[in-house]
Amino acid sequence: MIGKLFKGLKKTREALASGVRKLLGRGTLDDATLDELEELLYTSDLGPAATQLVDAIRTGFKQGELKTSDDVLPFMRTRLLEMMGGASAPIDVSAHKPHIVLVVGVNGSGKTTSIAKLAGLLRNEGRRVMLAACDTFRAAAVEQLTIWAERLDVPIIKRETGANPSGLAFDAAEAALKEDVDVLLVDTAGRLHTQKNLMVELVKIARVLGKCVPGAPHEVLLILDGTTGQNAINQAREFKQAVDVTGLMVSKLDGTARGGAVVSIREQLGLPVHFIGLGETVDDIERFDPEAFADALFERV
Amino acid sequence: MFESLTQRVSKIFSGLSRPGKLSEANMDEGLAEIRSALLEADVHFRVATDLIARVREKAAGQDVLKSVSAGQMLVKIFHDELVDMMAAEGEPFAFERGRPTIILLAGLQGSGKTTTCAKLALHLRDEHRRKPLMVAADVQRPAAVDQLRTLGAANDVPVFHVAGEPPEKLATLALKEAAATGRDTILIDTAGRLHIDEELMQELGRVRANVTPDVTFLVCDAMTGQDAVRSASAFKETLPLDGVILTKLDGDSRGGAALSVRHVTGAPVRFVGVGEKVTDLQEFHADRLVSRILGMGDVVTLVEKAQGVLDEEQAEEQMKRMLDNRFSLDDFLGQLKALKKMGSMRDLMSHLPGMPDVDPDAIDDKALDKTQAVMLSMTPDERKRPELIDLSRKRRIAKGSGTTVKAVDGLLKQFQQMQQMMKKLKKGGLMSRLAGRFMGGGMGLGSMGDMLPEGEAGVPGMPGMQGAGAPARPGAGVDRRKARKAERQRRKKGRRRR
Ligand SMILES: Nc1nc2c(ncn2[C@@H]2O[C@H](COP(=O)(O)OP(=O)(O)OP(=O)(O)O)[C@@H](O)[C@H]2O)c(=O)[nH]1
Ligand SMILES: Nc1nc2c(ncn2[C@@H]2O[C@H](COP(=O)(O)OP(=O)(O)OP(=O)(O)O)[C@@H](O)[C@H]2O)c(=O)[nH]1
Ligand SMILES: [Mg+2]
Ligand SMILES: [Mg+2]
Repeated sequence: MIGKLFKGLKKTREALASGVRKLLGRGTLDDATLDELEELLYTSDLGPAATQLVDAIRTGFKQGELKTSDDVLPFMRTRLLEMMGGASAPIDVSAHKPHIVLVVGVNGSGKTTSIAKLAGLLRNEGRRVMLAACDTFRAAAVEQLTIWAERLDVPIIKRETGANPSGLAFDAAEAALKEDVDVLLVDTAGRLHTQKNLMVELVKIARVLGKCVPGAPHEVLLILDGTTGQNAINQAREFKQAVDVTGLMVSKLDGTARGGAVVSIREQLGLPVHFIGLGETVDDIERFDPEAFADALFERV
Repeated sequence: MFESLTQRVSKIFSGLSRPGKLSEANMDEGLAEIRSALLEADVHFRVATDLIARVREKAAGQDVLKSVSAGQMLVKIFHDELVDMMAAEGEPFAFERGRPTIILLAGLQGSGKTTTCAKLALHLRDEHRRKPLMVAADVQRPAAVDQLRTLGAANDVPVFHVAGEPPEKLATLALKEAAATGRDTILIDTAGRLHIDEELMQELGRVRANVTPDVTFLVCDAMTGQDAVRSASAFKETLPLDGVILTKLDGDSRGGAALSVRHVTGAPVRFVGVGEKVTDLQEFHADRLVSRILGMGDVVTLVEKAQGVLDEEQAEEQMKRMLDNRFSLDDFLGQLKALKKMGSMRDLMSHLPGMPDVDPDAIDDKALDKTQAVMLSMTPDERKRPELIDLSRKRRIAKGSGTTVKAVDGLLKQFQQMQQMMKKLKKGGLMSRLAGRFMGGGMGLGSMGDMLPEGEAGVPGMPGMQGAGAPARPGAGVDRRKARKAERQRRKKGRRRR
């Protein structure tokens, strides 16, 4: 874990930690320093969490909990971990057979690629994986997932573009049952959480899966683009309300984006992050570890 | 935990607009609030801070603290500053005869390049009569070529691709293809890439070096957060950017990233994507986006614009003069100018509250122009004492205004009618009603229709507005005035609540 995440968040860590160290190197903790700290936190897309952290530091300093500026980094780390609610239970795909994972998210967030990554991860663990190409809307979405299925050598259930996605979901669940599959990963079309009719369509897909395999979908994974700002919170809230999202995967953290919005999502909606995406190949996936995430943000001085 | 942006901004605005309440201290406070509102809208921290500093300076220079409606002014200055900053000059495309126009699309993964490529191709074909050729130069993403081909086939736009060739070669080959097939506009779709991926950024540089695009667009997701600044400036370093296309604006993101991108690249937003369909492309309107970021609707902007033009003092003064029979052509001219300042009447009327009985189609902007020209060609003396205007003066005025003596006569006659009507109103005891209407604030114009004696359609003295006013029902004036006032207040409240 640490290796890849650190590779992914290396730039982040360097930028922030060096920034923090430079700031705190002054030794004094005054308002100007706190303001600059706030800027560093805000530019990680922490949003409201940034304000909270800075307030906590101000209070901690006043109350004498923070005596020297050296105490600030570990303090922030602890607070951040509290906000993140600690490590979440990892997804246990052996709980059901087939274990059905519905993958949802806004347009272009990385759903299809993330499915390929998850399929690779699970296959490497020796599980039988099947894909369902339920994005029957976007141009060449089926072809895109088909290419991944071929590369990974896993079966895929698909129909032509324009086909009914819930009908296809039913077929896929049936096939997964029949073929004794361990995990069925269901791709869906990207949709903005504000599009009522498309959200209803998603609800339908989930319901149909449950008709075929009671209890399904066992996991609803929301794929969040790591470069997204405060809108991520709206996305999480709306998708959660519609299809009972169980957890997140944050993609595109291999750039300079920090994905700080997940902190507020965890805090406000209780949704854990399960995985992060760190590139465009199947291997660019890591299980999410809040400690490593915090370390990457606030490297211990 | 956070109040919605709109609530917050509205609160600030209403707080600031209490007359006389603004001080140096609460301008600080107000600006700090605006700053955190910008942050919630995903405007980059630094950019937000810069903007605030700029506005503080501007506002101070303009004596905001002395103005009666200082709060509104501060907001307006801020709003205008953003609109100024976001406004794009000139046209997005410059087509040249005899050679194809080349358009390059670049951006982060999943921002919407391929979809936008098809949208632009259709826009160019349907709005500019161009013959587009789309080039599938994304050799990275699985089925990227398929995706563009599908979009091309569905919309009758040819797509060029040669399997196995690198993007820079594909771009060069596309030039030949375009020449051979008579296509005059080449749109190059490229793979999504991270700004820190040196190899892929260099690839973009090679594409550019090979074909020298006329227009390079950065395609940017409207939901992007603080990182927009870093990625956009890195793209800018590799490619001179001519414009930005902001996608996925159909959601509920505030789109503050657009401010950041404009701030660091200087490249104007040219188009916005508002859906997945190929027709979901719109030209960019700076004021709309700024309203979105600040949480104000277009209507509010228009209302404020209108309210700002004819201030209450002026309206009151005019009313007094009317009632004293001292309403001169100068006042008339002042009213016309105020009207014109508000922009196209048609546009304005259709947005304005408190003007329910004015049919926008009945308003002729050109006629207003003409009337104003006539009055401007008069000397101040003539405007004060129209009886001075004899035939030779009429000839001079007609010549000066590019109209005819008949037009000058028409205007004078209408003005006379207007004055007569004032007298009639005075005699008819309608004074208080009228006064109330004008005192109620708002603009003199909307009330004009109500001033008419029963059965008389049209607004005398308001050429170009014939038939625009509904005849007043006798005795209904007071009620309607009340209704209007209530309506105004509702709107004001609604604005705050939103
Ligand atoms: N750098 C990077 N790129 C990623 C990552 N995950 C996905 N991408 C890229 O992001 C783009 C969009 O990914 P997709 O998987 O097609 O996204 P999607 O959510 O399925 O998109 P739609 O189905 O159109 O809504 C592709 O170019 C992917 O290669 C990641 O972790 N890092
Ligand atoms: N709602 C909405 N969706 C959009 C808009 N523009 C593009 N999309 C969707 O966003 C997703 C990604 O669009 P693409 O055109 O594939 O993005 P791209 O930049 O070419 O992606 P890569 O080539 O993988 O980097 C698709 O699901 C599109 O349908 C828009 O304006 N609104
Ligand atoms: Mg997809
Ligand atoms: Mg593409």
